[in-house]
Amino acid sequence: MPARIRLFIPLAAFIGLFTLLLRGLSLDPQELPSALVDKPLPKFELLSLLDAEPVTERSLLGVPMLLNVWATWCISCRVEHPYLQQLSDQGIKIVGVNYKDEDRAAKKWLKDFGNPYRSNIVDKRGTLGLDLGVYGAPETYFVDADGIIRYRHVGVIDDRLWTNRLKAVYESLSKSATEA
Amino acid sequence: MRAAKQTSHRLLVALVAVLVAALVNVTNAFAVIETYQFTSPELEHRYHKLSQELRCPKCQNQTIADSNAPISKDLRELLHRRLESGASDQEILDDMVSRYGEFVRYRPDAAGVTLWLWLAPIGLLVLALLILVSVFRDRSAAPASLSEEQRRKIDALTRSGSVKP
Repeated sequence: MPARIRLFIPLAAFIGLFTLLLRGLSLDPQELPSALVDKPLPKFELLSLLDAEPVTERSLLGVPMLLNVWATWCISCRVEHPYLQQLSDQGIKIVGVNYKDEDRAAKKWLKDFGNPYRSNIVDKRGTLGLDLGVYGAPETYFVDADGIIRYRHVGVIDDRLWTNRLKAVYESLSKSATEA
Repeated sequence: MRAAKQTSHRLLVALVAVLVAALVNVTNAFAVIETYQFTSPELEHRYHKLSQELRCPKCQNQTIADSNAPISKDLRELLHRRLESGASDQEILDDMVSRYGEFVRYRPDAAGVTLWLWLAPIGLLVLALLILVSVFRDRSAAPASLSEEQRRKIDALTRSGSVKP
């Protein structure tokens, strides 16, 4: 009998490989896990966009927030913008990182399309972006009240993504904060 | 006649040489043209080595030396700055990994999850050898003698006439 069982080894190997490769097809290779998950926000000292006040990583603490990296040259950011406005209207704290952008263009953008951001950090030279490990705007970091990054999403946030995945992530932020 | 043959022969050799040279240089042809000032040739050497070992997070199949993406430019700048400030190769790599994860290295650390990347090929090779050995062993052991019971069965079948010997 064992000889007959051995005949099935190729089939089993095939099924194993097939499932592995099939799984690979549904994975997005562009989606990298952030190296900063469960790490605090990197230290920075930059200016805010609208009132040119100094902002540091400490001045952002207290409430869970979404740290959204955007720029006026980023087309998908334009796509994402109305949805961020909706989230902001629900009372979610969104802080923008205006990444490698022109101040004037950014201000015009906020005036024309509305401003979902509690405040905006001007990262003209991309130093904060570099420390965060940003590789393509828009990127959104889910940061808890203690300033610990819990999740990073690369790409546009839309309604489907939010309800299916990101809403739960956001809610877990305030949970971890109340426990601590 | 003979002279003509010789020149065509030479031409062929020259052509092959050019082709080979082009193939050898093809990797460098894609590299980004950029100038950085280095205080020592040793730093420059390390810059080239590291920039060809670090992977662009945006254009995932290029090194930061090859890529024209703005993010690669930033990383090259960072690399240059860190080298000039006297950081060791390991410090720089750790720095990059702390931002972009092990993904950013074309030669990931042989520890933790990425250890699998190093061990898997060896494991697969061993597995392949084992399969090969077992196949050959089976083949050489194939004409085994029949068991007593099988012999009786054959006898019975051939005697009954349903199967001709």
